Amino acid sequence: MIEKFATLKAVAIPLDRGNVDTDAIIPARFLKTIKRTGLGTGLFHAWRFDENGTELPDFVLNMEPYRSGKILVAGENFGCGSSREHAVWALMDFGIRVVIAPSFGDIFYNNGLKNGLLPVRLAPGEVRALMDGLKSGPGGEVSVDLPAQTVTGPDGAVCGFDIGSFPKECLLQGLDEIALTLRLEGEIERYERNGQKKAPWLFLDL
Amino acid sequence: MPTIIRKIWDRHVVTERPDGVCLLYIDRHLVHEVTSPQAFEAMRQAGRKVRRPLSLMAVPDHNVPTSTDRLDRIEDPDSRRQIEALRENAKEAGITLFDMDDVRQGIVHVTGPENGLILPGITAVCGDSHTSTLGAFGAVAFGIGTSEVEHTLATQTLWQTRPGEMRITVGGATGFGVSAKDVILAIIAKIGAGGGTGYAIEYAGEAVRRMSMEERLTICNMTIEAGGRFGMVAPDETTFSYLKGRPASPGGALWESAVADWKTLPTDPDAWFDREETIDASRIEPQVTWGTSPEDSLPVTGVVPDPETHPDPRGRERRERALRYMDLRPGTRLTDITVDKVFIGSCTNARIEDLRLAAKVARGKKVADGVTAMVVPGSGLVKRQAETEGLDRVFLDAGFQWRLPGCSMCLGMNPDRLKPGERCASTSNRNFEGRQGPGGRTHLMSPMMAAAAAVAGRITDVREML
Ligand code: SF4
Repeated sequence: MIEKFATLKAVAIPLDRGNVDTDAIIPARFLKTIKRTGLGTGLFHAWRFDENGTELPDFVLNMEPYRSGKILVAGENFGCGSSREHAVWALMDFGIRVVIAPSFGDIFYNNGLKNGLLPVRLAPGEVRALMDGLKSGPGGEVSVDLPAQTVTGPDGAVCGFDIGSFPKECLLQGLDEIALTLRLEGEIERYERNGQKKAPWLFLDL
Repeated sequence: MPTIIRKIWDRHVVTERPDGVCLLYIDRHLVHEVTSPQAFEAMRQAGRKVRRPLSLMAVPDHNVPTSTDRLDRIEDPDSRRQIEALRENAKEAGITLFDMDDVRQGIVHVTGPENGLILPGITAVCGDSHTSTLGAFGAVAFGIGTSEVEHTLATQTLWQTRPGEMRITVGGATGFGVSAKDVILAIIAKIGAGGGTGYAIEYAGEAVRRMSMEERLTICNMTIEAGGRFGMVAPDETTFSYLKGRPASPGGALWESAVADWKTLPTDPDAWFDREETIDASRIEPQVTWGTSPEDSLPVTGVVPDPETHPDPRGRERRERALRYMDLRPGTRLTDITVDKVFIGSCTNARIEDLRLAAKVARGKKVADGVTAMVVPGSGLVKRQAETEGLDRVFLDAGFQWRLPGCSMCLGMNPDRLKPGERCASTSNRNFEGRQGPGGRTHLMSPMMAAAAAVAGRITDVREML
């Protein structure tokens, strides 16, 4: 189910790394749950903790005021790698609702939208400026406005972002996408009837 | 004039929204134990039924131990619970399950194809990013998250934006000691780990046409490591002869009409792609990764790169970080890097041909002292075939472990893992930090190269051993 999202003003966490993969976001050994909750403890586990489970003080999420940050600003290709939706669940469980990056792994991007974690693509230069601003002025707050499709940095600089009209609606209203698709049952059935005539081998039962 | 990508896509559009997003009909859906339990649970909570259970196949692979006693006990209660959940969910919904005691059990992307579940022209999904593997048959196959697994279970469809279309033409012929794994590593090094983001990729060209199904599966498998949404190879006689007579392949008259249809799928000669890349196979050498991204790949004759030579400061930082994690110094020859573990397996390289190639290198030799080397067949059927050919003996005699099928040491989820600081020559697909276990260090390479590393105890140019 999609958790509603409209606007958010919060401390933004600068995670100045590219290609942050889903194994880094949530290592495989934390995926053995059959639930969606409680994954926040595993978030960035290898970067947050040493082998004994002690916090590593120089990792950004272990610093104040970032522990309660709700917006993550990262480098290109964020969320590349595996399809594990646990990555999104872990971020949300930690309290993060927005990730801003120049680009995302495609599956991660979709997974975010389906849960109410807003992935925001900005131009590489815009992310760079935002990142540098947050690093030189730690604790800066960023505003994200989904209806207006804008991000406002601590310095007041405003950047626009793109998002599909349908996922935007789903996020704003917290819609159940499956229920919406099920309304198209007639069309799906029609497709199947035609398909069975045209390419019956596609409908062999396993 | 369409490409194969567009032809298959268009056939599967149930309806298209004004914003261009398509409701795609999904022909085949494979599920494994890690990414599906939450989807089945949500279905139950919403009171929904699986719409077409007989289009699905379920198999446990990520969590399963690869030791021979695994049917008697799985130590880890969480792993056991996930496998049991898959079993119960499959039973309740009426989905075919290749359970742990079934010879067809194996890594989902290995067992699906060998049972004929994946055909040209179909759409196939699985809650796993390496579903891109299945595009090797000329299918639109892509990995999805758990919410999309649930959507597919309930509706047999998915909302998808059209991909950009890219063609990668691999010209020429691969040289001695060079395999499909080297070709795809070289491609990723060229276009980058994010180079394919947003694109569907068709692999074409002489070298690809010459490849067996196994090799094509290896290439398509790693499409996701370049960020590509899905990869594919146009079907041809190689595809048809692979599929003929497989358990789930169409038979009789249906086979004839299917093949006639499949022959219309390849990209039209005048089709236009959003992006074209070419690479010359004859110039590709055996590859090894030195860093923590699959794009960090070099010919085995190379040296660990110096971060200082990277033109961009962020690139420099990333390389420095990677070298720190990998405990490597710039200028070190790749062939001077010693290894502790060798892993031959995974959905990239655990099919029968991969094992044959590795066995060719291992035959009559011994695993180096201090090195633990394991061979993990991709499925029970691969294992049986290898045993029929005596490959298990070759490996065992050389001192390799011969294990039961599963994802094994590809990801740190089941008991097969690297310890912190251990260095592994691996035929898998990801060298991310901690991928094979916390603190573990991964060097990706081909099955032949991994077998050579096992024998030499360090990264080795396999061409010197053949
Ligand atoms: S073998 Fe590795 S990459 Fe393939 S499905 Fe299993 S865990 Fe994923």
